[in-house]
Amino acid sequence: MKLPLLKKKTVTEASLSFTFTRRAMVVGGLQGAIGALLVGRMGWISVAENEKYNLLSESNRVNLTLIPPRRGWIIDRNGRPLANNRTDFRVDLIPERATDAENTIRSLAHLLALGDDEVERIKEELDKSAGFRPVQVAEKLTYDQFAAVSVRLPDLPGVAPSQGFSRNYPAGATVGHLLGYVGAASAKEYEERKDPLLITPGFKVGKDGLERSFDRELTGKPGAKRVEVTARGKIVRELTTRPDTPGNPIKLTIDAGLQEYAGRRLATQSGSVVVIDCHNGDVLAMASMPSFDPNSFSDGISHLEWDMLSKDDHVPLRNKTLQGLYPPGSTVKPMVALALLEAGISPMDTVSCAGAIRVGNTLFHCHKRRGHGSLNMRGAIAQSCDIYFYQMAQRIGMDRIASMARRVGMGQKFALPFPSQSFGTVPDPAWKLKKYNQKWQVYDTVNATIGQGYMLINPLQMAVMASRLATGRQLMPNFLFGAERPAPEPVGVNEEHLVTIRDAMSAVVNGGGTGGAARIPLPGVMMAGKTGTAQVRRITMAERGGGVRSNASLPFKLRDHALFQGFAPFDNPRYAIACIIEHGGHVNRIEDAPMIAADTMTYLFDQAKAMEKLETIEKDWGGPPAERMARQMAAYRLAKAIEKGEAPPPEAANAANAAEVGNSAAAAPVAPVPPPAPAEADDAPPPADSAP
Amino acid sequence: MSIVPEPLAEFPWRVIGILLAIAGFGTLVLYSAAGGSITPWAINQGVRFVIFTGMALVLSRIPLELFARFAFPAYGVVLVALFLVELIGGVAGGSQRWINLGFMQLQPSEFMKPVIVLAVARFYALLPVGEIRRWNAIWPALVLIGVPWALVLVQPDLGTATMIAAGGVTVMFLAGLPLRLFVGSGLAFAAIVPIAFSFLHDYQKNRVLIFMDPESDPLGAGYHISQSKIAIGSGGIFGKGFLQGTQSHLDYLPEGHTDFVFATMAEEWGLMGGVLLIGAFMLLFRWGIGVSMRSQDKYARLVAAGLTTTIFFYVAINLMMVMGLAPVVGIPLPFMSYGGSSMLTVMLCVGIIMAIERSGRRRSRPGNWG
Repeated sequence: MKLPLLKKKTVTEASLSFTFTRRAMVVGGLQGAIGALLVGRMGWISVAENEKYNLLSESNRVNLTLIPPRRGWIIDRNGRPLANNRTDFRVDLIPERATDAENTIRSLAHLLALGDDEVERIKEELDKSAGFRPVQVAEKLTYDQFAAVSVRLPDLPGVAPSQGFSRNYPAGATVGHLLGYVGAASAKEYEERKDPLLITPGFKVGKDGLERSFDRELTGKPGAKRVEVTARGKIVRELTTRPDTPGNPIKLTIDAGLQEYAGRRLATQSGSVVVIDCHNGDVLAMASMPSFDPNSFSDGISHLEWDMLSKDDHVPLRNKTLQGLYPPGSTVKPMVALALLEAGISPMDTVSCAGAIRVGNTLFHCHKRRGHGSLNMRGAIAQSCDIYFYQMAQRIGMDRIASMARRVGMGQKFALPFPSQSFGTVPDPAWKLKKYNQKWQVYDTVNATIGQGYMLINPLQMAVMASRLATGRQLMPNFLFGAERPAPEPVGVNEEHLVTIRDAMSAVVNGGGTGGAARIPLPGVMMAGKTGTAQVRRITMAERGGGVRSNASLPFKLRDHALFQGFAPFDNPRYAIACIIEHGGHVNRIEDAPMIAADTMTYLFDQAKAMEKLETIEKDWGGPPAERMARQMAAYRLAKAIEKGEAPPPEAANAANAAEVGNSAAAAPVAPVPPPAPAEADDAPPPADSAP
Repeated sequence: MSIVPEPLAEFPWRVIGILLAIAGFGTLVLYSAAGGSITPWAINQGVRFVIFTGMALVLSRIPLELFARFAFPAYGVVLVALFLVELIGGVAGGSQRWINLGFMQLQPSEFMKPVIVLAVARFYALLPVGEIRRWNAIWPALVLIGVPWALVLVQPDLGTATMIAAGGVTVMFLAGLPLRLFVGSGLAFAAIVPIAFSFLHDYQKNRVLIFMDPESDPLGAGYHISQSKIAIGSGGIFGKGFLQGTQSHLDYLPEGHTDFVFATMAEEWGLMGGVLLIGAFMLLFRWGIGVSMRSQDKYARLVAAGLTTTIFFYVAINLMMVMGLAPVVGIPLPFMSYGGSSMLTVMLCVGIIMAIERSGRRRSRPGNWG
C-alpha cells in the first residue's frame, strides 16, 4: 500500500524547530523594522514638518479676536457731528454656539428687561442667521445690565457680551435719508468679501445713504486681541492687544442746523426740502420727512417699528429728495419763460386769459376759473397764469422749451454718493416717439409748459433748477465739503433775460403773486420763487361743471402735490431752495411748501428768529419729530395689541389714546392711525386760503 | 513538587524594569494630561499597574502545563462570552462590546487576544509533526481564528478583530505552515480589500477614507488624526516641556489620555521621548522573542512568540494610528493609555511569557524536572 507520494519535504521535529527559529527571527526582525519605521515617521512629523505643525498648533491655541474699528465721524460744514460713536455695552448671540436658544433668550429677556417685540426680532433674526453671524440682543446697556449678563455667561452658551461703540445720530430722524444707517453685515456681504471683520460682533457696515456710499472711507482698520483659548472656546488668558485705527471722518457740505431745522419744519407733512449754495452748488440741507430714526435702525429695528413705517402712507422709508418723482407743476414756468425770452418773445407781449382755451378737441383751463384778463410775462409768472403759457409755448414749440429745461438741470442725472436715485424726465417729440412710438401733439406741449403730463422732477433737481435760474450757471450739486470741481458752465442765456425772470419770481412772493406765504420776514432779504401745484388725479368735465372738489374733501392720496422753488436774496442770489409737499393740497398754509421754504431760508439769515417761530408753531403739531414718532409708535403698539386681543377693549384704548393726544392740539396729526384707517383725519381742517 | 522559595536571582528583574520604566513614564504623562494632577488618571493607573504586576508575577508561577491544558476550555469560555455579547450585550459607543455583570463591565473580546494565541498554539502543539503540511493542519486553526474574529467584527470592532486574526495567523506562521500559503493569501487579501471595504459600516468607511486624507475633514471625522499629528509635529525634537503641551491641555487633542496618549507624550517630550518609549517597547519584544527562542517546548515557544506579537500589535497599531499611518481603530497603547482592560490583557501576556521563561529555566537545570 504505497501511496504515490508527492515530492514532499519530510517534516521532522528537528526541521520544524529550525523553521520555528528562523521564522521567529523573521517576526522579531519585522517588529524591529516596524519600530524603526515608526521612529522614522515620528522624526519626519516632528522634525521635518515641525514648522508646519507648530504653526497649526499656534493657530489652534491662539484666537485672534478682531476689535471692530470705530467708524469715522460724519461732520457738517462747520465740524458739527452728524454721525458719531457712543461708548456702548452690548450683548450678542452667536447662533451656532447657542445650545438652547429658546431658554437663553428667555433668560436674557429677563436679565435685560427686553420687550416682546425685541424678543420677537431676536428670534426672527436667529432663524434667518447663517450661524456664524452674531445676532444683536441689546445695545446701549447700563453697566449693571452688562455685568449681570457677564457673570451668568457659563449658563448662557453662545452669548457674547462686549464693550464697543455704536453709531449715534444726534439729529435723529431728520438725517435719516441723508446719511442712511448702519447695520450688521448680511450673510451675502460676508459671502462676497469673506472678511472676518464682517462677522465680528458689534461691527456695522453702511446700509444706506452716505453711510453706505462712503463705507470704505468710514471703516477704519480693526484692532486685534490675541487670546489663548481652549477647544471649546473658553478664554484662558490674554496674550497681546493691538488697538484699532478709527475710520476717516467725512466732511459734508451739509449745515447740521439747517438740515435739522428743515426736517422739523416739514412738520407732519410728507415732504422734502433741498437747499443749495448758489456760489458753488454745495447742498446745505436735504431733508425728507417723515423719516426713520437711523439710531433705531442701526440698533436693529423691531418688527413692529418696521411694520409701522412700511404701512405709513407718508412713506417714511422712501428718500423723497432723490427717489421721489413729481410733476413739477407751475414751478417750471420761470424756466419756460426763459425759453420764451430766448426765442425772442418780448416780456411785454400780453395774452388775454379768459379762464380756458381750446387746444385741438380739449378745453384747457386756467387754475383761475374766471380768468386773469390781460397779462404780460411778469404778471403771468406772478399770477401763475396757465393760459399765457399755453399760448406762448405753442408759438415756440416744445424743442426749445426742452432744451432750456435740460440746461437748468431738469432730467439731468447727477453723480451723487447715494446708492439709489431716480431722476425726472424732460419730454420732447423725439423722446415721445422713442418711448411710446407716438407723435408729439400740441396738447403735450401745453401740458409740459405747466409741468404736467410726462414731465417729472425730483426735489434735488428742482433745487438745482432754482440755483441755475438764480445764477445763470450750471451749478452741480455736491455733498463733499471742499470738493474740487470744474467751474460751472453757463446756462447760456442773456443776463437781461435772467434779470427779468428773477424780477418776475420776486413778484410771485413779494408782488402780490401766488407765493405771498413765502415772504421772508427780514428787512433787505427778499425771496424770489415760484409756487406749483401738481395734480395727481384727472378732473373730469363733469366735475368741472359741478365745481372742482376742494383738496380738503379728497382722500390723502388724491390731493395735489404742493411745490415751491426759489432763491434769496432775489437780486443777488445766495441760496436756492426747493420744497415739495406730497399730497399737501395747499390745505394748511403753515405746513405748505411756500412758508416752509421761507422759514428754512430765514434760518440761513437769522437763526434765532427762525427757531423762535418754529418752536411756537411746532407745539401745534405735536412737537419735534422724535416726540411725535415715539407717540406714534406707542399708539401703533397699542393698536396691534388690541388687534391681537392682548390689551384692553377699544373703549379703554381710545381713552388712553385720547389722553395721549390731549396734550397736543386737537388738530395735530399725532398718530397716523394704523392702517387701514384712512388718513384724512391726519390732516388739519382747511384754512381756506390756498395758493395754486 | 517541592515548593522552594525562588532565589532572588530568578526574579525577572529585567522585564519588570522595562515595564516599570514604561508604566512610570505613562503615569507621568497621565499626570500632565490631567493638567498636573495625579487625579483622576495617574493615581488609578499607578495602582492598577502595581496590582496587575502582582497578578503577572503570580501567573509566572503557574506551571506551563496548566496553560496548555486550559487553553481550549478558556477559548471555549471566551467564545461563549462573545456570543453572549451579541445576544445580551449592552450598547456602548455605537458598538456592542460589553456584558454588564453588575459589579463590572466585561469585555470578552479583550481576553480573546491572548486566548486565541494559546488555543492556536495548543492546536499545533498537539498536531503530529507529519501533519503540518496537510490540509488538516490548516482548517482547524482557521476555524479557531475565524469564529471569534467574525463575532468581534460584527460588534463592530475592527481593531480588535484585526488583532485577533493577526495573533492567530502569527502562530500559524511560526508553527511552520508552508510559506506559500502566507504569500498567496497575502496577495488574495490585497485583492479582496476593495471589496471588503464596501461591506464596512459607514463610520468605518469614513475612518478609512479620512485616514487616507485627514485634512479633507479637519473639523469632522479627520479631527482626531489631524490634531494628533499637530501635537506630535509641534513637539519637535525635545518637546514643549513637561506640563507645557497646548494641544492636550487646551483640549484640542481628543482622547489625549487614552488612545492618543502617545501624542500627548510626544508634544511634551518630543522625538526624544518617542524614541525612548519605542526603544523600551522594542526591548520588551526582544525579551519576549528571546524567551520563545530559548524555549524547547513547542507549545511554550509558540505561545511566547505569539503573545509577544500580540503586545507588539497593540503598540504598532496604536502608534501607526496616532501618526496617521493607520485609520483610527481604537487600540490603546499598553501601559500608557488610561484604562484597565488593555493593561490587564497585556499583563496576562507578560505573566504567561514570564511563566514560560521560568519553566524553561527550571527545565534547563538538570534534576529539577521529573
